[in-house]
Parts: sequence; C-alpha cells; structure tokens
Amino acid sequence: MSILSYNGGAVIAMKGGNCLAVATDLRYGVELRTVTTDFPKMFEIHPHLWVGLPGLASDTQTVLEKIRFRVKMYELQENRPIQPETFAAMLSNMLYERRFGPFFIEPIVAGLNPHTQSIYLCSMDLIGNVTTPEDFVVGGTAEEQLLGMCETVWSPDMDPDQLFESVSQALVNAVDRDASAGWGAEITIIEPHQITTRRIKTRMD
Amino acid sequence: MASERYSFSLTTFSPSGKLVQIEYALAAVASGAASVGIKAVNGVVLATEKKHKSILYEDHSTYKIEKITDHIGMVYSGMGPDYRLLVRRARKMAQDYLLMYGETIPTSQLVQRVANVMQEYTQSGGVRPFGVSLLIAGWDASVNNGSPILFQCDPSGAYFAWKATAMGKNYVNGKTFLEKRYDDKLELEDAVHTAILTLKEGFEGQMTEDNVEIGICDENGFRRFTPEEVKDYLTNIA
Repeated sequence: MSILSYNGGAVIAMKGGNCLAVATDLRYGVELRTVTTDFPKMFEIHPHLWVGLPGLASDTQTVLEKIRFRVKMYELQENRPIQPETFAAMLSNMLYERRFGPFFIEPIVAGLNPHTQSIYLCSMDLIGNVTTPEDFVVGGTAEEQLLGMCETVWSPDMDPDQLFESVSQALVNAVDRDASAGWGAEITIIEPHQITTRRIKTRMD
Repeated sequence: MASERYSFSLTTFSPSGKLVQIEYALAAVASGAASVGIKAVNGVVLATEKKHKSILYEDHSTYKIEKITDHIGMVYSGMGPDYRLLVRRARKMAQDYLLMYGETIPTSQLVQRVANVMQEYTQSGGVRPFGVSLLIAGWDASVNNGSPILFQCDPSGAYFAWKATAMGKNYVNGKTFLEKRYDDKLELEDAVHTAILTLKEGFEGQMTEDNVEIGICDENGFRRFTPEEVKDYLTNIA
C-alpha cells in the first residue's frame, strides 16, 4: 500500500494560445472501494489561478484550506491579488516546512494573467520542488499515462476548442487505464474574459 | 531581583493621554543630525549630515545611509546604535520575504514590518522605544513600470509616505524650505541638488564630501554616492 495511491486521482493543466485548461477526475475512493463520484481535486483560488492537489485526500483538503488561508492573509496584507508565481513559491515553501513529515500531495499550479495574457504552469513534488514547463503539467496516480497522452495530443497555440478536445482526450484515456482514477471528469477552460466548466463521462469503473 | 521591578512597560499613558517615552524619543530624534529625503519622478534621494566631533575621527569607515536590498535604502536621524539594529532587522525581513515568496519585497511591505518592530518596543516590558526616525527609499518595479517611493518611520511605529521631508536638527526650517522648493516634476538630478540645499540651510561650517552622505534609488536600484560624486554635486551649488 503506497500512501500516495491510497485514494487515487488525476489532474492535468495544459497551455493553449491565450487560454488555459485545467482538469480533474472525480473519484473519491479508499483503496479498491469507490466511495463518491463528485470529488474534484482541482480548485479555484481566483478565476484565473487554479491549483490541483492530487494524492492523499485528507491532505488535499488540509492543504487547500491552509493555502486559501495564506492567500487571504497575503492579499489583505499586500492589498493586491497574488500572482501565480508567488502562489507557487508560497505553496512550495509550505510543503518544504514539512520536509520530514510531508503532506502527501504532488500539486500543480496553473494561472493566466488576464492583463498580460501570460500563462504560468508548474508542478511540484511532495516537498515543494518546483518545475515550470511550457506546455502541460500532470499529477496523480495516472501521472505516467497522462504524460504519455499529453505528449501525443499537445501542440502549441491551440484555440479554446482545440484545447478542450486535447485535454479531454488526454485525461479520459489516461484515467481509463488507471484503476484508482476516473468516475467522470471536470474540465475548465480559462480564457481572458470567459471561464467554462464542463463535466464529461469516462469509463465509470 | 532588581530586574523584576522593571518588567513593566515604560510606555504607560500619562494622564493627558500621551506616551512620554515616545515624546522623549522624538526629542532624541529632533536633536540628531539632519537628514532629508526627496522623491523625484524617476527616483528618490536621501541625504544626511555626518558631522564628526573631532578631526581625529576616521571618515568613511562607517555609513549612515545603508542599503537594505538592491532596490531599497535607508537613513536615520537620532541614535546610531538603535539604527544599526533596525538595519539588520530590515535586511533579514527582506530576505525572509524573498525566501517565502520568491519575489523582492515591495517597499511598503518592508516599511510596515519595520514599523511593526518599532511599535513592539513601545508596548513591551523592560524595553525602551527606538531613538531614531528612519527614511526608507525604494523603487517598486512592479508598479506602473517602476515608481519611486519614500517613507518615514517614527519611534512610535507610525509611518508616513512623503514627497519630500526633513528630520533631525532644524527639521522645521528644512520642511518649510522643501514646501517652497518641491514640485511634482522634479527629476532626480534636481532633487539631489535640492536635498543638498536643504541640508545647507542648517549646516554649521563648510559642507564637504567628508561630512555629507547622499544615496539615490532609481530603476537601477539603490546606491550610495562615492565621496567624489558628492564633491561634484557640492561644487555645483557653489
């Protein structure tokens, strides 16, 4: 039994032309038993800043609460909204604080700056090592399947509809090959002036 | 033990609602060497008088104008040793911020944190307020393609943003002088010139590059002038 695959899950964020896609599976399970089918692991911090927290479900909830607390304090103190890079640095710091008793999550951060249209993606390990690729980030028990699918379907500068297709195909086919992730997916497409969330069906097993 | 008798706060209210220790601290500041800060459209200048009591003093071995980060600098009027502690604290706070957020500290955030430290010393047991007022000059690159900023921090922990101000000896005349001379379109070169003239108002004796310190903060960051650079500016006002 591995603690990072106790609950299972999959998250993905992908960069388009001037749009961003974030997606999550919806399963909440305890080892082989599925308990709920509406447990997303991708959360909104701001309309244009999203964080994915796959891993141990208890830590998903706790880290979400703690990071939301930190963001609110930051924005009150600094009197300005937090930037994606700063958010990622803060989350990384929070995880490293627990270096020898870590939170069992491997987060991904995705943000779109509505004024400059610049897109930020990053993924972290459970102790806060940050990597910032230019194309896509993935996380969860279906990580390897997701990486393979993303490499195949991703191309630069996709428009929102193409991006939706790519993200859907990548997520659906990856989680269909993972026993502990799936039971439906929720995909959000983020554009400068519009944010759309859709649910799609995966193999319901 | 004797120390038990002094573990209450020295800053307790007087019947008139004042905190006398803070008033006295402000008096210590007002009797300290003069310092001036002026905000221009493209930067901020800090200038201070650095009079030595004897010709035997080694000039330029210690400085009043100190860099806190690459983009923030500080000067004081009042008690030097108290200032040194605040400089160390400010530098550490700026680095802690960088470590936590991966981003250089905005000047206003640093000022709030430093002012908070100063306030703590007015409401704790067994300590006295700082005998300095600080002028903190910074350049915020993320605001409007970069903007200059000037703050003052008082012993009480109060902080104010200024366009131009003077502290220390003769500060009332200094401020009056600045009120007349200041204008929103001042460029950094002119601001340095004006700062020197403001200091000159209350200066006893001859101003030289060895008894005046000047620092500027602009888009290239904060730096202190070398004595040679100060000398050039001084010859221009003659």
